[in-house]
Amino acid sequence: MEHVENVRLVDRISSKKAALGTLYLTATHVIFVETAPDARKETWILHSQIATIEKQATTATGCPLLIRCKNFQLLQLVIPQERDCHDVYISLIRLARPVKYEELYCFSFNPKLDREEREQGWMLIDLSEEYKRMGLPNNYWQLSDVNREYRVCDSYPTELYVPKSATAHIIVGSSKFRSRRRFPALSYYYKDNHASICRSSQPLSGFSARCLEDEQMLQAIRKANPGSDFIYVVDTRPKLNAMANRAAGKGYENEDNYSNIKFQFIGIENIHVMRNSLQKMLEVCELKSPSMSDFLWGLENSGWLRHIKAIMDAGVFIAKAVSEEGASVLVHCSDGWDRTAQGCSVASLLLDPHYRTLKGFMVLIEKDWISFGHKFTHRYGNLDGDPREISPVIDQFLECVWQLMEQFPCAFEFNERFLIHIQHHIYSCQFGNFLCNSQKERQELKIQERTYSLWAHLWKNRADYLNPLFRADHSQTWGVLHLPTAPCNFMYKFWNGMYNRFEKGLQPRQSVTDYLMAVKEETQQLEEELEALEERLEKIQKVQLSRTKVRSKQSEPSKHSGFSTSDNSTANTPQDYSGNVKSFPSRSPSQGDEDSALILTQDNLKSSDPDLSANSDQESGVEDLSCRSPSGGECVPSEDSAKDRDSDEAVFLTA
Amino acid sequence: MEFAELIRTGQAQAELLRGPEEPPLRGTLCITGHHLLLSPGPQATPDLWLLLLRNVDSIEKRIAGDSGTITLRCKDLRVLQLDIEGVEATLDIARSIEALSSLESVITSFPFFYRPKGLRLGDAWHFHPPECYYKRVARETNAWRLSEANEDFSLCPSYPRAVIVPRAVEDSALARSARFRQGGRFPVLSYYHAPSGTVLLRAGQPLTGPQKRRCSEDEELLRVVLAGARPGARGFIVDTRSPQAAKQARMTGGGTEAKAAYPGWKRLHRPLERGRPLQESFVHLVEACGDLEQSMDRWLNRLESCRWLSHVKETLSTACLAAQSMEQEGACVLVHGADGTDSTLLITSLAQLILDPLSRTMAGFQELIEREWIQAGHPFQLRCAHSAFSHARPKHEAPTFLLFLDCVWQLGRQFPLSLEFGEGMLLALFDHAYASPFGTFLCNNEKERCLCEVRTRTHSLWSGLSQPKEQRKLRNPLYVPNPLAIWPSAEPQSLRLWQGLFLRGTRLPEPSEVAWEKVWQIVTDQEKTEGSQPTDSASEPRP
Repeated sequence: MEHVENVRLVDRISSKKAALGTLYLTATHVIFVETAPDARKETWILHSQIATIEKQATTATGCPLLIRCKNFQLLQLVIPQERDCHDVYISLIRLARPVKYEELYCFSFNPKLDREEREQGWMLIDLSEEYKRMGLPNNYWQLSDVNREYRVCDSYPTELYVPKSATAHIIVGSSKFRSRRRFPALSYYYKDNHASICRSSQPLSGFSARCLEDEQMLQAIRKANPGSDFIYVVDTRPKLNAMANRAAGKGYENEDNYSNIKFQFIGIENIHVMRNSLQKMLEVCELKSPSMSDFLWGLENSGWLRHIKAIMDAGVFIAKAVSEEGASVLVHCSDGWDRTAQGCSVASLLLDPHYRTLKGFMVLIEKDWISFGHKFTHRYGNLDGDPREISPVIDQFLECVWQLMEQFPCAFEFNERFLIHIQHHIYSCQFGNFLCNSQKERQELKIQERTYSLWAHLWKNRADYLNPLFRADHSQTWGVLHLPTAPCNFMYKFWNGMYNRFEKGLQPRQSVTDYLMAVKEETQQLEEELEALEERLEKIQKVQLSRTKVRSKQSEPSKHSGFSTSDNSTANTPQDYSGNVKSFPSRSPSQGDEDSALILTQDNLKSSDPDLSANSDQESGVEDLSCRSPSGGECVPSEDSAKDRDSDEAVFLTA
Repeated sequence: MEFAELIRTGQAQAELLRGPEEPPLRGTLCITGHHLLLSPGPQATPDLWLLLLRNVDSIEKRIAGDSGTITLRCKDLRVLQLDIEGVEATLDIARSIEALSSLESVITSFPFFYRPKGLRLGDAWHFHPPECYYKRVARETNAWRLSEANEDFSLCPSYPRAVIVPRAVEDSALARSARFRQGGRFPVLSYYHAPSGTVLLRAGQPLTGPQKRRCSEDEELLRVVLAGARPGARGFIVDTRSPQAAKQARMTGGGTEAKAAYPGWKRLHRPLERGRPLQESFVHLVEACGDLEQSMDRWLNRLESCRWLSHVKETLSTACLAAQSMEQEGACVLVHGADGTDSTLLITSLAQLILDPLSRTMAGFQELIEREWIQAGHPFQLRCAHSAFSHARPKHEAPTFLLFLDCVWQLGRQFPLSLEFGEGMLLALFDHAYASPFGTFLCNNEKERCLCEVRTRTHSLWSGLSQPKEQRKLRNPLYVPNPLAIWPSAEPQSLRLWQGLFLRGTRLPEPSEVAWEKVWQIVTDQEKTEGSQPTDSASEPRP
């Protein structure tokens, strides 16, 4: 194990304050341990989370190293010796870009579960159950074995639902006319009116080619829905991109060749545009004390929210076609594994309340993303590869879900933390779920035998992910979610909780979710206690009817089991309010102290709970109490806060 | 004056559209001196729909065939549409509304006629006289006294009769300091921060003028403030104008404190927008929020160009700076701009919300608004004469109070458990500041309120809001008292557009209402359970 001493971890917000400590590189993590004896804080970063490492020009104090993580953490280290810095840099470059799957963390991660538990974990989410829940198979749809042993399409799963009238001949013929042989297959079946959402890749139509079997395939999809005499074909790409593809012998369906289809472009940009857009938005997030204008302009220019809206538009269009027009929809883009996955999953989420539950959401990701061959390894750069393949496709889907949660606070069983932790683990490579680019690869690697399932882990900790406001009973939150038709502009907000999740100072300092969950839990406890007491009373009354006087003494219920102190008096210290006035150069003096989300203690890791913020929430609860001192005025100010006061004073004196 | 002269029509048949998703209401429309009434047929659910004419900000009429359409844009940012049968009737109604909604006389305004059941005149008005706050201060320190030097409003027409000043300063010195300050607004105590023993003061700008005049009594007053705080205490003067603007003010007789004249005090300039630019920012924002055609591509740019969120950011960070100076630096703070009746009050009231847990309670917040806005002489009548829709050329209008409410909303969003009142309270305050059946926000200052006998002849909003049926709307069910200062983030990432207000006319309120219901349900479930502990006889008998 390599380590470097006297490294400073610079607080990104305050340039003055830096924590001194030792940097360790292990096989799986970068660990920074503060030297300060009272703190000994540890910051753990998984190698697989590292997006970029940047060595900056050496200064008098040392050599700065900037580590940007895929979960949007930003770490700035200053290493005293240029040589050490270079060594660390070179090591990290290698460690952050493993070349073989076997190097990934999930193959060494051991949460101390026995074999049976691991297998059960993998069985938690079962897609054949899910198709059954949809009402399949039925008179119109059947399970096809045409792709057994991945004979037709190697990026598709083996179990697929297709229209009953689509023979193997039609399917194989159609697959030959589609990019990567991704023929139309069922993604979601809407039992209420028999309409369905199917997905595929683009047809190889070029300028004039056609394929009888492919036309029959679309016909079959239409016939599988007796309630409608047409189907929609939704091409989620901008029209220009689709047309350009024709020159390469690909393209889109010619309405003249297919009977009874309505063709529609949506205009979601490609993975390269999205990658650049995210990059631009993150640059805005990294700005030091931006003005409101800097921020809004930067956000607008990144185009990020516009792209999110385009994806949502696709989902809304599909969901409306299915639920309101009762028409089936075939969705595709180019290869049918990025934008198609986004469109289908957003639509499913709008249509079916099951997907808005904790388990249902896992099923949705399993179905539309994992089983249908979304290229996780390529998109999220888990292995060293072509950087042009990397793009935040599923991140965008998760953000769409968050935007919907903001609109419909009672419609989802899970909370924001659930989305954030899923995002974290898509990149962490700690669990096997998101490894590889297809089911075939996962089978070859024997993922289920060698790694653990994230779903089981999340399910075990589901109490952390529940939304207390969830109302399964309300007409507005059950059934199809209806977005307001008119002004949707205002609907799309910057997701501070994701992209600035490690900047605790920028987050709301109190959590409504946690508070309400605590209240609910307490209510339940009290109810149980009450019940128990009443039961006991009944017994006692039966036995002791003759006893004369009853002296009253109530047993005290565990009143406010702690949440009122930890949750409400939040860790909070003043920040820098001087903005860009030059005379107030420093930022919040003690912000670094609260930035506990950076911290991942070894204990947490051992207990197989890598979830950064779940732990940090508890930690900040503890820290809250220590933070009372400066303002509470009752306790002796801690050393830290005394220091802060000094540093602040210095700031003001220069004013 | 007789209202009857202004009412040009008896009644007409009309259909009312109240919003994008609400069902239209048909009925008979008529106008009284203060209201527009629509009385639907007997089978309709709401038996009478009523609009305070004072609430109408702009009116637009269109004639088509033998009927007309009137669009009323209200000060509370709602937009109403009336389809009226008959061209004459339409024109008459429009003219009547125009005339009646723009009446300026205070004593003929509706609050002087409003006599709701269950409220008694004079109730709740005296919850918050200056004496009341002084008692709180006097419990902590002896260094301050309640001066009645302004008994007859002669020193300062915009101050209340009694103000809190350093004990060591005589009334005569106050008079001289008043002559040296804009509008007679000599430095007075706004807030005493007991944990640090520091004070927050406010004033008008010093009238140094081009000759750089000085006033020894004024200098002495500020010196005494520091001496009374703690040995070696320092002070900050937060000037809410830029250094250039403060300097320029000298040409018109104003100015700012000279460094040499006020030892121990350091001046900080934090320019805040005020007056017409602020009003325009408000108008543009409301316009942008009402524009349904607008594409997503330009929305953030448009939001930026309105500058409203920039004003929120600057205001919050200045208030935090003032609060931080007191709590963390142990310094005294004096806030002023030019008049000391607008941005000054924004800063002093927000700083108190940050520092003072009491001001975050329902009663404390009302007390704060009464003390720091109404009695402190924020000219509500001038500032709130028109809202965002008026075509009239703005004279003195400015949404300073709205900016305050927005900042409080941002605080509440970042500390959802720390304010006893909810968004409903802030919305109600906004509505009532612009048009209200209550007298609380009438007039520009105490002097005018005394002349109009507002306190004896109208009802107080505070008693209106204390009605039990209002509580669910106004209170925050999540409130848990928090004894600490609450330091918000004023970074752009942490601030949001206040959709509940600015998108009132266009957004569906239901999803958030459904959520709110659920919050109440969770919280009241708990209260019920806690309340239903076994009774005495039910507990286990002791041997």
